[in-house]
Amino acid sequence: MPKVTIDGIPIEVPEGTTILQAARMIGERDKAHRHVVPPAMCYYTKLETSGGYCRTCIVKVTKGSDKDPRPMPKPVASCRTAVMDGMEVANTTDPELLEARKGVVEFLLINHPLDCPVCDQAGECHLQDLSYENGKAASRYEFERRTFEPVDIGDSIKLHMNRCILCYRCVKVADQLTDGRVHGVINRGDVSEISTYISQAVENDMSGNMIDVCPVGALTDRTFRFSSRVWFTNPVDAHRECGTCAGKAVLWLKGNEVLRVTGRKDQWGEVEDFICNTCRFDKKDLNAWKVEGPRKIDRHSVIGQGHYMLQRKQQLLNAPAPNVPEIAKRKELKDR
Amino acid sequence: MGRQLLFEHINTPGIRGLEGYRANGGYRSVEKALRTMSPEAVVEEVKASGLRGRGGAGFPTGMKWSFLAKPPGVPRYLVVNADESEPGTFKDRYLMERIPHILIEGMITSSFALGANTSYIYIRGEYFYVARILEQAIAEARAAGWLGRNILGSGFDHEIHVQVGAGAYICGEETALLESLEGKRGNPRIKPPFPAVKGLYGCPTVVNNVETIAAVVPIVNDGGAEYAKIGVGRSTGTKLISAGGNIKRPGVYEIELGLSCDEFINSDEYCGGVDGRAFKAVVPGGSSVPIVPYELFLRTAAGEPRLMSYESLADGGFVSGTMLGSGGFYAYNDAQCIVRSTWNHTRFYHHESCGQCSPCREGTGWMEKVLERLEHGEGRTEDIDLLWDIQRKIEGNTICPLGDAAAWPVASAIRHFREEFEYHVRFPQKVKDPKHFAKEPFVRNANFATA
Repeated sequence: MPKVTIDGIPIEVPEGTTILQAARMIGERDKAHRHVVPPAMCYYTKLETSGGYCRTCIVKVTKGSDKDPRPMPKPVASCRTAVMDGMEVANTTDPELLEARKGVVEFLLINHPLDCPVCDQAGECHLQDLSYENGKAASRYEFERRTFEPVDIGDSIKLHMNRCILCYRCVKVADQLTDGRVHGVINRGDVSEISTYISQAVENDMSGNMIDVCPVGALTDRTFRFSSRVWFTNPVDAHRECGTCAGKAVLWLKGNEVLRVTGRKDQWGEVEDFICNTCRFDKKDLNAWKVEGPRKIDRHSVIGQGHYMLQRKQQLLNAPAPNVPEIAKRKELKDR
Repeated sequence: MGRQLLFEHINTPGIRGLEGYRANGGYRSVEKALRTMSPEAVVEEVKASGLRGRGGAGFPTGMKWSFLAKPPGVPRYLVVNADESEPGTFKDRYLMERIPHILIEGMITSSFALGANTSYIYIRGEYFYVARILEQAIAEARAAGWLGRNILGSGFDHEIHVQVGAGAYICGEETALLESLEGKRGNPRIKPPFPAVKGLYGCPTVVNNVETIAAVVPIVNDGGAEYAKIGVGRSTGTKLISAGGNIKRPGVYEIELGLSCDEFINSDEYCGGVDGRAFKAVVPGGSSVPIVPYELFLRTAAGEPRLMSYESLADGGFVSGTMLGSGGFYAYNDAQCIVRSTWNHTRFYHHESCGQCSPCREGTGWMEKVLERLEHGEGRTEDIDLLWDIQRKIEGNTICPLGDAAAWPVASAIRHFREEFEYHVRFPQKVKDPKHFAKEPFVRNANFATA
């Protein structure tokens, strides 16, 4: 198995693993090393041929491999570059690279409306996370931003092209999960836009997954729009019998009211199982679901700053479950 | 005048038709290759010739050919890149228009070497009339048995198809070209896999420039060693240069590589010198290569005379050198404004960016806006550093070379002509007139009277 070293941390990975996946393996192995994982805005593990576009995951290959130790001349997209045995990669240890990544973040933001206060994605937006972690405080861009009117693409999905970073994920969802793709990228350069063919609506059982894979607020759920900020809702894992999909979802609750249904996202922000539109848009009744328990909160989530965490803490303190050993309970409290 | 390999018969009457072409030694390379040589031997001749890709990158053609994967039972393709869209470059058009059969002949011989039974010419939409000429030439060649089944009784089958593009610069990038040829949106592919392994329709493919494939004809006719005698060092053979700008004799010239730059730009045999004023700057290889001041075009930073060759033009790297590129040569006299020209280039790259990866999509538009502001006297001193920073963040950080091509002209213009950018900030009223330097040429280190 090829051995790769990322920011000085070695790992052995299966043949064909990309640098990004190897970095994620390092992060999964030891939480203390999570910082070596490059951010990824367009790559999506479950979507074939995704990645390579946004350039946020760039890394420097300082040694190609044991066989050919020459460094690669340019930064490479870690999501699309396979590791070689003996490869050495610099990510956070290379100031030049971090500067280049800052440049990419700046490029992604120059035409972004920064309308987070009215955007449904705020709080779970990867572009927000990216700019907090890798961006600059101010923009040097002084020109008028490119703008589009928001449009409904189908009954359930709203497209805000202004917020789109052209990651192509939704295009690949439509290509790979549905029978017929009716939307895509039209035009060229900085006026490229996601669009449906004239008067075609996006209608098929799996189209809602376009919302889940969208890293920004370009595609939002029309059945949830403006209902609540995400951090005022409580996510719970739930499932139901469904003939179309695995039926495993996250319900976002306010009291007993289901405001929104999404797929379950893993620690890298990617859904574990794609869910169908029936589960997502039509089953907004708690009785239709079997609730499994509270959703584990993502490291990026702003929910931790709301009352959800406090409630959860209160639950643990006040009603100790008899089968939870005291040490495990303490550990959970400490981790929070 | 140096040796003419491609243009030898360019002015011979009737050379455009098969009869005239054949009467002047046409299709000899097909006869020689198919009757007396093995495909491997043809590849070896091309390797021995030292021929390098004439589309701009200058990659050794023989090596490119030997990388072609040959899995059994999978077709292989040759694709000729006739999407000549680099601003300043028009050499392939002239060749295809005048001697279409030299391209057809080169394609048959090259396809034989590569084991490709189908080849394509991808030609830009603006060359529609040239596509007609090529189609007519292909029909003539087919009727005469140079195309089709069992050519010359050798058992080798070959067909050529012409595909007209829709006028996108990006489709000159080889993988975007293949996407477009497959009928998809012309977005460059992420490499690897390279076309030599997975190209057109997922099959091994070689993509070569028109001039490269045409050069295979004299290489096979006279032998690779003979071809390699022309030129200097690793720059062998002849190169077509399309010359334009402020010179007396614009046109397409076939030069022996290694010709001195001074002779090329000033002798009456070629460009014929400046058109009445003084030379200021030169772009020797198409709009993507770095612009250099006239003095640095004639001599390297070390004072050596510069030659028209891949190595000599690149001497000094990006600090004081440039590139041979695709041979789209143009020169500026002192009436021209470098800021205006850079703005014009950047406007082109902004318009042509495919929008796939973020640095190029967003960065080219930003650079254009800053340059527009500077050129119209609305810029600030910080804008020059901002431009430098933007181009640095695009360069080397995109899927395809369009990002580099957009960054290099800006970088070199600032590197060599920073004072002209500063002039635009200092004298906003003067530069409001689009022909500002025609009235008062820019002189370095001069103390301009304040406006």
